[in-house]
Amino acid sequence: MGSRRTVLLRGARDGAPIAVGYFVVAFTLGFAAKNAGFSPVQAMVESLLNNASAGEYAVFSLVAAGAEYWEVAVMTLVANARYLLMSCALSQKLSPKTPLFHRLLLAFDLTDELFGISIAYPGALDPFYTYGAMALAIPGWGLGTFLGVAVGNVLPLRLVSALSVGLYGMFLAIIMPPAKQDRVVLILVLLSFALSFFASRAPFLSGISPGIKTICLTVIISFGAAIVKPREISCQMSVDG
Amino acid sequence: MKNIWIYILISALVSYLIRVTPLVLIRREITNRTLRSFLYYVPYVTLSVMTFPAIMDATSSPAAGLLALLAGAILAWKGKSLFLVAVSCCAVVFLFELFL
Repeated sequence: MGSRRTVLLRGARDGAPIAVGYFVVAFTLGFAAKNAGFSPVQAMVESLLNNASAGEYAVFSLVAAGAEYWEVAVMTLVANARYLLMSCALSQKLSPKTPLFHRLLLAFDLTDELFGISIAYPGALDPFYTYGAMALAIPGWGLGTFLGVAVGNVLPLRLVSALSVGLYGMFLAIIMPPAKQDRVVLILVLLSFALSFFASRAPFLSGISPGIKTICLTVIISFGAAIVKPREISCQMSVDG
Repeated sequence: MKNIWIYILISALVSYLIRVTPLVLIRREITNRTLRSFLYYVPYVTLSVMTFPAIMDATSSPAAGLLALLAGAILAWKGKSLFLVAVSCCAVVFLFELFL
């Protein structure tokens, strides 16, 4: 799969747009942190250690409301529970021989976007590909939060609105190519859109947090698909990276 | 008054434990066909669930988000790069909201 340097650079190339998107999202997240009484450094540390937009947003709103410590623990668990599934999926993308420290390091920045590009990596995942992306994504995320608190509202709203869809564009770039090749994936994408729309708009579900909805829908749809359309056992994972 | 550093420590610990536990515990290939299929579908389903309708709630006007979704989906379908798809989505929203 090429030399380590090539793989790192490839990860950095794919990580660059993610880092830009992170910077913007983190910047807006900084407003919430400021509301909760975080200093720029505290907000940056929170971001560097958590790497989760929804999870951090939940923490900032809870802290602003003067929540108990255990409430923050439970909310973080709920808002980030989808990473449990992603971590399971990523474990199957690694060669079984992948040493422990790579697993510990990969887990640190297992975000929606980095998970997405890691899963799209051909064959077994070379951790250095993800490290290349992390090297840009982590500073982008931390710096964005720092400046969001420190500088506050300097970007025009119009620009923030436009930049905020960048992350969704990345999601689309990850899900559409496999959907084009595999009709089952295409149907799942459309079904997920429809059910997610329903879940977010149905009045009787309005008391459930978006994080919980994401987990429930992911489990129900994926499990249903696994029963109805189980995949052939591929030899993809037997290739060592 | 609670200590913000303790909030940071707690959230960081919980976030990391969620992410690291499966990666460290599942050391070998899962052979169960249903479970393998499930884990294969998870990324696409979860990214789809998170994209729509959230993309419409991220922009000032929902229509701009919907247009960005269409533009992004078409470009991604045609195999355009991650960066180009992301930038195009932003450009669509910016232009749409500029002229409306």
